[in-house]
Amino acid sequence: MQHPTWTRPLLALPFLLAGCAGWPSALDPKGPTAADLAWLIQLFTVLLGVIWLLVVLAVGLVVFRRRWTAAAMPMPKAVHPSEERRPTVIVMALVVATCITVLVLTGLSFAGQQRLFGVDEPAVTIQVTGHQWWWEVRYQDGDPSRVFTTANEIHVPVGLSIRLVLESDDVIHSFWVPNLAGKQDLVPGQQNQLGFTVTEPGIYRGQCAEFCGLQHAHMGIIVVAESEPAFRAWQEAQIRPGKLPETAEQRQGMQVFLSHACVMCHAVRGTPAGGRTGPDLTHVGSRRHLAAATLPLTRGSLAAWIADPHGIKPGVNMPIVPLASDELNSLAAYLEGLK
Amino acid sequence: MSEGTASAAELRDTDLDGPELRARLARTWGTGQGLIARLSTVDHKVIGKRYIVTTFVFLFLGGLLAVAMRLQLARPESDLIGPDLYNQIFTMHGSTMMFLFAVPVMEAMAIYLVPLMVGTRNIAFPRLNAFSYWIFLFGGSFLWIAFVLNTGPDVGWFAYVPLSGPEFGPGKRADVWAQMITFTEVSAILVAIEIITTVFKQRAPGMSLDRIPIFVWAMLVVSFVVLFSMPAVMVASTSLILDRLVGTHFFNPAEGGDALLWQHLFWFFGHPEVYIIFLPGTGMVAEIVTTFSRRPVFGYLALVLSLIAVGFLSFGLWVHHMFVAGVPQLGASFFTASSMLIAIPNGVQIFCWITTLATGRVVVRTPLLFVLGFFVIFVLGGMTGVMVASVPIDTQVHDTYFVVAHFHYVLIGGAVFPLLGAVYYWFPKITGRMMSERLGRWHFWLAFIGFNLAFFPMHVLGLRGMPRRVYTYGPELGWTDLNLLVSAGSLVLATSFGLFAWNVVRSSRSGDPAGPNPWGAGTLEWATTSPPQPHNFDRIPAVISREPLWTPRDSLPVVTGLSVENRELVVSTLTDARPELRESSPEPSIWPFITAIATTITFVSSIFTPWAAVWGSALIAVCVIGWFWPKGSKEDEE
Repeated sequence: MQHPTWTRPLLALPFLLAGCAGWPSALDPKGPTAADLAWLIQLFTVLLGVIWLLVVLAVGLVVFRRRWTAAAMPMPKAVHPSEERRPTVIVMALVVATCITVLVLTGLSFAGQQRLFGVDEPAVTIQVTGHQWWWEVRYQDGDPSRVFTTANEIHVPVGLSIRLVLESDDVIHSFWVPNLAGKQDLVPGQQNQLGFTVTEPGIYRGQCAEFCGLQHAHMGIIVVAESEPAFRAWQEAQIRPGKLPETAEQRQGMQVFLSHACVMCHAVRGTPAGGRTGPDLTHVGSRRHLAAATLPLTRGSLAAWIADPHGIKPGVNMPIVPLASDELNSLAAYLEGLK
Repeated sequence: MSEGTASAAELRDTDLDGPELRARLARTWGTGQGLIARLSTVDHKVIGKRYIVTTFVFLFLGGLLAVAMRLQLARPESDLIGPDLYNQIFTMHGSTMMFLFAVPVMEAMAIYLVPLMVGTRNIAFPRLNAFSYWIFLFGGSFLWIAFVLNTGPDVGWFAYVPLSGPEFGPGKRADVWAQMITFTEVSAILVAIEIITTVFKQRAPGMSLDRIPIFVWAMLVVSFVVLFSMPAVMVASTSLILDRLVGTHFFNPAEGGDALLWQHLFWFFGHPEVYIIFLPGTGMVAEIVTTFSRRPVFGYLALVLSLIAVGFLSFGLWVHHMFVAGVPQLGASFFTASSMLIAIPNGVQIFCWITTLATGRVVVRTPLLFVLGFFVIFVLGGMTGVMVASVPIDTQVHDTYFVVAHFHYVLIGGAVFPLLGAVYYWFPKITGRMMSERLGRWHFWLAFIGFNLAFFPMHVLGLRGMPRRVYTYGPELGWTDLNLLVSAGSLVLATSFGLFAWNVVRSSRSGDPAGPNPWGAGTLEWATTSPPQPHNFDRIPAVISREPLWTPRDSLPVVTGLSVENRELVVSTLTDARPELRESSPEPSIWPFITAIATTITFVSSIFTPWAAVWGSALIAVCVIGWFWPKGSKEDEE
């Protein structure tokens, strides 16, 4: 009865090892940092894999050749020191080889570390603050009027050096987008940094890697890498205050938003809503996902999320705000319109 | 032994022989019938068996939790288990396996085996030994009762602050975890003290340092590592309870505390912990390889020095758990170097064992099969260990399923496979019956295949971006098929343990009688009956070589002169094991049990009120006074 389920993964195995375009993978690097790491991982895997294979072969060969097949246990052998001389030399040689291997690998690792954490003047500095269970993203700028806040979706220009400044508002989180760079923890009371460059435009997914409570599994992050002009255009759009509602339904939705508990936690720039506890919603409609890469952003998913966030992310801090169905629909329409 | 001090009235083993000597010694050292007598026993074999059975019960419980997790993760967005329960389950799985199975099972094996292997009649401080078992039993039960009552810890087995702190971990869940640590650490440290003393002072005459069996050496090193590492986690868990209960701010950055302090304290214990689990495994491997290669182990000195080197180095690795937490880069590279360095002594051990096999006559029985499985699995885990020791590689694989795969390869390969081999190896000694070889082979192959099916694909999942400790994942991430494979493998592995349990139950009832030395092994535990008499040896053996039973002679030389009527054992010098004096060994007592109850009341109450530490101390003091009350017996006067 289990036939299809049993065989499916086995048949798919070679394909799975290679990975697939669009899936997160440390071995499918999209920037020099990740490429460096992928190369190091592959190098170590091959070197260590060969050593492992040799050990296993040695054990197999030894057992096969020295096997005692008679039913009774043979008498224990007395060993003369002279017999041990040759094996001793072999073992010594192996130990020396181990020492050299360890030395080489340590050197490779150290060189990789130097490249990884080398200081590089960033073109874009983004402050990422971890929250249970979403990411606050703040684009720094010398000009305070050009600083803006968004959530769960980071846009970066291709080819430029990016620096993330990582902080946490509550517990420890860890920022990890495997195709772009290794991870770095967000530790309360401390500021960590992560630098990387993306070479290929695309949408890369990552998620929190340090256990952070009930919805650790649903703390995804999206990095959108685009050409520099596209990035600048996006940046300008994000700096602008929230779009005013255009349709009657959206106008009603805005009223619902401003007259309910939403404003206690959420901000929409250009309106009186200035809550800082939850994600900034000024341009929520322009994002690809909702609830930290948990749902694709559509009007339907917005309504579903507002109606019952706990059904989608049990334990999430967002409360259920009781709304009539027309209020809910208009609110979703308003939020979707915040492009 | 000197005859001059022996009182004329006291019967000594020079006066008797044969069955009568055995019967009288058994009466002196035996555990009586009845509930009170059973609770009062101080026989290391009785306590050791209880310890071993208890830890295996925890292994099976922890294994069931693993199966539950794998059922949940078998398909994406499964709603079999919700996040709240899942977080409790993985925390319970890790805590149970590390604190209630892996460490105590190794100490339990040592409690049973070390006194036999060094040729003495009981462990040092036998009442403390009884106390440590009760504390362990009560602490483990406390954790599991809390879990059943939906108060199981849900913060991971390393309980990082601030998630486990007062602000983000409401209720009593994290307190239960922290106090369970206190229970198990107390019991582990006590056993470490007993083993060190037994090995240092109670070895059979002639068992100089270079004649100690490798397993005993391993347990000696482990006991020292326990002694120096466990206090760190007790400090950590106590500070956590203080933060939670009385409002201190050890780990609260807002008030000048430090979240990373927890990680330093925890991993200063946590990394040696890995070697506390693994080194006994290497000791078991050494014994099994020796017996089934039919020759003395190759490179005895190198093996012992490697054990000691690993013991020391294990304290210099802890920061490799924190490479991505924002520690200074120079410090991180130091810990890369030290983490890779530990591969050298481990390599030395592997080479010595392979050489032993290569120059011996290899008899393949179930215990050796598990050791061969150990080579394949553990060495692979060691290789991925070298990878995670590298800072740059670790930034990708840290906290992912790659690491989950790595430490299961190391811990199951390095400790559980040798342990299972050791169970097959020493089961005849403990029960007097052989385990079924046929079932044993089935068990091995199912376990080997199931293990690799369950854990190898995790390497790939980790590199493909799957973090640890997620209760579910989306279908769009490409992790679905491999997770299904892993879950299928976990069921095979679980089945193999079912087979193992069946083999144990069946063989203990109707296995072939074993005789004293079924494997033709060379160490002292095989010199006595199976199962051993309450007094272990009718006469204390005198040791003239590393494998006393392999020395070609008619009978084992012995020392005589010990009392038959009172519990007496030989105390010998530390290096050469020259007999120094006859020392009385404590009689059974109910006080360790009562003291353990008092301690349990104190520990459990103190998570509800800090005042329990005050009145609880008085309660414990009363019990300890009872424990040490002078009875005016000969034992006290000496």
